[in-house]
Order: sequence, then C-alpha cells, then structure tokens
Amino acid sequence: MKVKKENSNKLIPLILVLLLVAVWEAVVRGGLVPRFILPSPIDVLKVFVTTIPDMKEHILVTLQEALTGFAIAIIFSLILAMAMDRFPAVKKALYPLLIVSQTIPIIILAPLFILWFGFGMLPKIIVVVLVCFFPIIISLLEGLNSVDLDMINLLKSMGASKAQIFKIVKLPASMVGLFSGLRIAATYSIMGAVIGEWLGGDKGIGFYIVRVKHSFAVDKVFAATLVVIILSMLLFKVITIIQNLSMPWFRYVEQKK
Amino acid sequence: MTSYPNEKLTVKNLRKSFGDNLVLEDVSLNLMENEFVSLIGASGSGKSTIFNIISGLMLPDKGQVIINGQDYTGRTGRVSYMYQKDLLLPWLKVIDNVSLPLVIRGEDKKKAREKAAGYFETFGLDGFEDKYPFQLSGGMRQRAALLRTYLFSSDIMLLDEPFAALDAITRSYMHYWLLRTLKKLNSSVLFITHDIDEAILLSDRIYILSDRPAKIKEEIEIPLSRPRNKEVTTTELFNDIKKHILEIFAN
Repeated sequence: MKVKKENSNKLIPLILVLLLVAVWEAVVRGGLVPRFILPSPIDVLKVFVTTIPDMKEHILVTLQEALTGFAIAIIFSLILAMAMDRFPAVKKALYPLLIVSQTIPIIILAPLFILWFGFGMLPKIIVVVLVCFFPIIISLLEGLNSVDLDMINLLKSMGASKAQIFKIVKLPASMVGLFSGLRIAATYSIMGAVIGEWLGGDKGIGFYIVRVKHSFAVDKVFAATLVVIILSMLLFKVITIIQNLSMPWFRYVEQKK
Repeated sequence: MTSYPNEKLTVKNLRKSFGDNLVLEDVSLNLMENEFVSLIGASGSGKSTIFNIISGLMLPDKGQVIINGQDYTGRTGRVSYMYQKDLLLPWLKVIDNVSLPLVIRGEDKKKAREKAAGYFETFGLDGFEDKYPFQLSGGMRQRAALLRTYLFSSDIMLLDEPFAALDAITRSYMHYWLLRTLKKLNSSVLFITHDIDEAILLSDRIYILSDRPAKIKEEIEIPLSRPRNKEVTTTELFNDIKKHILEIFAN
C-alpha cells in the first residue's frame, strides 16, 4: 500500500512535466514559434550534450562559489543562532536587522559587491552567503524555539547546565527545522552564485549564460539553465541524504505525522 | 507494616500562588525510607506544582523542602522526577537516553552506558539497548523513563502519573511489574495519580488533596500486606479503603 502511494506521488509530477514538455515540443514543431526564439526540448537536449564539455569549467566555478558560500552561511547561522538563543537581548537586537536585510533586493547589492571586491569569486560568495543565510537561521531559530518545555525542565531537574541543555536537547531537536532550511538554502546557493556571475565576472554558469545570450544562442541559454536546475536538485538531494543518514530516527517521526 | 527508620523527605507548609491564583494553600507531607506514598487529587489540584517545588524547579512562596535533614528548597539535581510523558529524546538510543542523568552529572559516556546496561534486565529492557525510543512499545518507553529516573536519583523518585497515558491492560501489567521491581531497588517513591485503585494497590500511605487551593485533606495508611498481587484488589479491605476515599471526595 505504502510503496504504491509513494510511487504514485512521484509519478504524478513526472506525468505533468512530460505532458508540458510534449506540448512545448509540439508547439515548436508545428511552427507556431520560430526555433531561434524558442528551441524545442529535443533541440535543447542535443545542445546540452554537445556543450557540456564547454560548460564544465564554468560548472566547477559555480559549484565552488555556491558550496563555499553555503558552508560559510551554515557556520555563520549556527554561531548567531546559538548566541540569539542564549542571550535574548542579542535576539531582540538582531532579529529585526535580519528581516530588513532580506528586503534589500540582491540585484542591487551584487553590483556593489563587484564594485567593492572586484570580479573574482569573493563577491559571488558573498551573494551566496546572503541568500543562504536567512532560510538557515530562521529555520534554526524556529527549531530552537519549538523544543518541548517539559524536556528542558526534565534536564533542569537533573541539574543540567544551559550548555548541556543546548547540546543534548535544543540542538538535536532543531535539526528537523534546520534541514528544511538547508534544503531551501541549497537551491538558493546555486541561484545566488549564478546571479553574482551574471552581473559581472569571467567564469561560471551565470557568465556563460550572459555570453551565449549575447550571441542569441537561445538553445544554449536553455541548456545552461538545465545545468542550473540539475545542480540545484543535486544539492537538494545531497542534503536529504545527509539528513537521512545523520537522523535515522527522523523518517519514523515524519511517518507518524 | 514495614517500619521506616529514616525520614527521607519532608515538605513543610508549602504555599504557592501564580499571580492572584492561589494553588497551594498549606501542604505538608513526608516520605520515609523505602516508602511508597501517593498523592491523589482532582486534575488541576496543584499536584504537579508540589512536584515542581520538591524537585527544585520552582520556589514556593512559603515553606521548605527538607531531604535527609538538609534544606533543599529551590535546588535542582537532588531528587528525580518522572512525567506522564516518557520524554525520551527521539534522537538518542535507549541506552543513551537512560544513561543521560549520569552523563549530565559528568560521568564518562562509556562508563555511564555500562552502568545503565546493568539494569536493563531488571527493567524489562534487555536487548533494546541500541534501539531508538520509537521502536519501543508504550510500556517499554515508560520503563525506560523510569530507569532513567532511577539512575538519576535512586533514593527519592517523584513519579507524576507515569502510567496515565498507557492503555488499561499495559497499565495493570506495569503496576505489578513496579511492585515486583521496587522490592529490589531501595527507593522511596512519591507518586501522583488520580486513579484511586492504582494508589491503593501501590502505596503504603496516601495523601488526599483538596481542590484548589490545595491542602492535605486526609492521610490514609494502607494496611494491605505485601507482596501484593491481583487478588488484593478484590479483597474486602481494599474495597473498604476505596469506599472511604470516594467518600472523602464526595464531601
């Protein structure tokens, strides 16, 4: 029963995607849109295969930027969330700033970072940190807040220190929340790097997309976009796998819900 | 009746209010060595507040908590406290959940595990050391929680409706299991319940609490001989005690 349900859960979106792609293919083949404006899915796949060697170097750069930024964002969020959890005053002071920081469009900040930090990797990494940081810390803070108060009282009654309570109860309890934030941030990380490259630089998928767009190679734009999607999905999947490995008890808790 | 050479725990004239809400008016009770004492009262009668004060989580407005002759009012880490919920941490294996109080006290993790493992058979948990809490039945989870409570402080345990969430059959099984097990443990137990049968079956003495604000309405000795078994619950003496308690509540 359960296997059947899981399969149908995966099957439904797959059928929808195939259906949409088929419509797209039919529209282009039927001549409703010229191919240089909108290439057909099969054209895109062909170009994807032939341009992968060209894109390889750019993919590696984008991945490096995204992963570095992602890692920095995780460390940064952990430290800050710990401080905010331990000292309510820190939370009161920083929480509004966190929200405000998210209201500034990244498209305005990215060119400034290029102005300040040049055309290398650094401004891209900063963009990635900025877009990843928020979902991670918010989910972590919510996780820390959602801990069963009785559990904390139980540990207190055992004479546990604040640090012990954090390590034994609060941090593990917030892991579920943390991982959902990490999954969102993982997909943002690739996007952040691409935006950074798009606005200035000479390497990376974002830079590649700008270059092929300027030469009106729309099929290559689509192929590169496919790369972005695949990279994001891969990171998303990796996070899920890490979660399942590090939290063997979690699958059950989820099922119970 | 057993004789109690030592007074383990004395609670003197507790008074506690939350804002304008007076919860405890004047509660005094005591617990002797190896004694099993129950507190019965309606829901919301402040039983858990009494436990929170004894365990040191809460300060009373007035009154004292004395353990082995020393004042422990407002000090945590002395008596162990078990809740109705098992509160096992889902991310820790049973052995690590159970040895948690030892680790908190600063014992080496490996040594704490070894020490805890020695009790798994007594608590009906052998073979489940490396399982996660979700893989245990409700009764086993409560036994694991009780073992954790015991490892934290073996001499005085506060049990707050530990079996209330279990189904009737499991609960009854747990009662007889507890009666058998406590004989081996050398513990003094203060037990909260609103199940009169449970209280009579398990206790040496019962304190009846009034409704809010709580006072001790009556203290009842349970002269049923030990060891107690299923037959005890259908004796005339058992029924007389029960009738008496029901009458107190009816007034």
